[in-house]
Amino acid sequence: MTKRIIPCLDVQNGRVVKNVRFFEDHRDAGDPLTLAQAYEQQQADELVFYDITATHEGRKLMLDVAARVAEAVMMPLTVGGGVESVADFRQLLLAGADKISVNSSAVRRPQLIREASDHFGAQCVVLSIDAKRRPDGSGWNVFVGGGRIDTGLDLLAWAQEGERLGAGELCLNVMDADGTRAGFDLQATRAVSDAVNLPVIASGGAGRVQDFYDVLTEGHADAALAASVFHFGELTVNGVKAELKQRGLNVRPAWSDV
Amino acid sequence: MTPQDGPLPVALLDYGGGNVHSCHKALVRAGIDTRVVSSPHELGGTRGFVVPGQGHFRQVMEAFDASGFRAPILAAAASGEPVFGICVGMQMLLDGSEEAPGVQGLGLIPGQVLRFTPAPGAQKVPHMGWNSVDKVGDSALLRNLFCPAYAYFVHSYYVPITVDVEAGAITEYGVPFWSVISQGNVHATQFHPEKSGEVGMAVLRRFREQVLGAVQPA
Repeated sequence: MTKRIIPCLDVQNGRVVKNVRFFEDHRDAGDPLTLAQAYEQQQADELVFYDITATHEGRKLMLDVAARVAEAVMMPLTVGGGVESVADFRQLLLAGADKISVNSSAVRRPQLIREASDHFGAQCVVLSIDAKRRPDGSGWNVFVGGGRIDTGLDLLAWAQEGERLGAGELCLNVMDADGTRAGFDLQATRAVSDAVNLPVIASGGAGRVQDFYDVLTEGHADAALAASVFHFGELTVNGVKAELKQRGLNVRPAWSDV
Repeated sequence: MTPQDGPLPVALLDYGGGNVHSCHKALVRAGIDTRVVSSPHELGGTRGFVVPGQGHFRQVMEAFDASGFRAPILAAAASGEPVFGICVGMQMLLDGSEEAPGVQGLGLIPGQVLRFTPAPGAQKVPHMGWNSVDKVGDSALLRNLFCPAYAYFVHSYYVPITVDVEAGAITEYGVPFWSVISQGNVHATQFHPEKSGEVGMAVLRRFREQVLGAVQPA
């Protein structure tokens, strides 16, 4: 079984934001399709699109993004952001997404996980969790609202509840590490990965290849997700994978039909 | 239309239990003339079947039977028409599954589908991600395909290698299991070719060239 490397793209009103910069030529780096194809060429194992649109119109554009990307690439596609109901799941899955991630909406209404899992199967329900270390160091709490609101929920308890309710995969973003590029939070990732029997995607903090290596070994993660290090071209997905492979990790190699 | 008039499209079965849309796109992209068929009445003028499947074994089998596909598909398979099952669509070809004891599969391949045993801290269930596929014998779906090839899997149940088939491929996830099977005119992949990049496309092209070839010349 290989370890997965997953680029994540933020979408607002149908366009990728945060100024993805890895193109040296003049291709449209805000076009989700262009980027999806570029990452497919880099041997990305999956893609995540996260919709940060707040308006109804923007939501409809996200459906169009999912449809266009799913049409063009042959790899798993996860969409998240603002998914509140089974109806939202259905729309995105019909548009072509393979998995849907839920975060705040699942904290507000945990039954959403159960309903979606019963309707569409656990394999398409990704529970995404934002967590921060408690000040007393005794563990981590679950946060919502982009890290502003402490729910008081314990990370490990919520992860296990998510599994019980029928999530098929967990995506853990440790906010202490997010954006720091100082590495994934190995301790939290490992604690979650050992607490559940679901695949765990580590997110937040990737800066160097070493960080990927550490979280996929010591952190017990099954996959690692990153945004800016790939978008800015500091690292390429295939570059990271080549180095991980050299260091003995099982990753999906380049392949051609000879 | 009779076979002499030219190639016939393959029927992609839309019985309410599969990811028909992405399968359809991938088949078309592989150059396969495909017709999405949601009732047995629409099978006229097609030859060969693709059986997608996603979800619980009981639900997909019940949906399959409710749409009336069992009898015509068994008859067509017995007459030598090509069959291609994908993911749970592969598991449906067997006699039954641990996921839904007592629910009757199609029985085109004798045997039972089993559940992966989770190993805390090491082996997660579902088996989700890219894993290697190694050929056993000469499956038409893998002919001259470079192995190990890596394909995308999402499943909690598997076809054990104690199931006797002519050829296929084996993947290892705690236990070895059949990731591809070929038995006469019946073929299947446990992985999702439509999500498996170039490898998936290569398998679908072989389905076109090596399996449908006689009825759908390229």
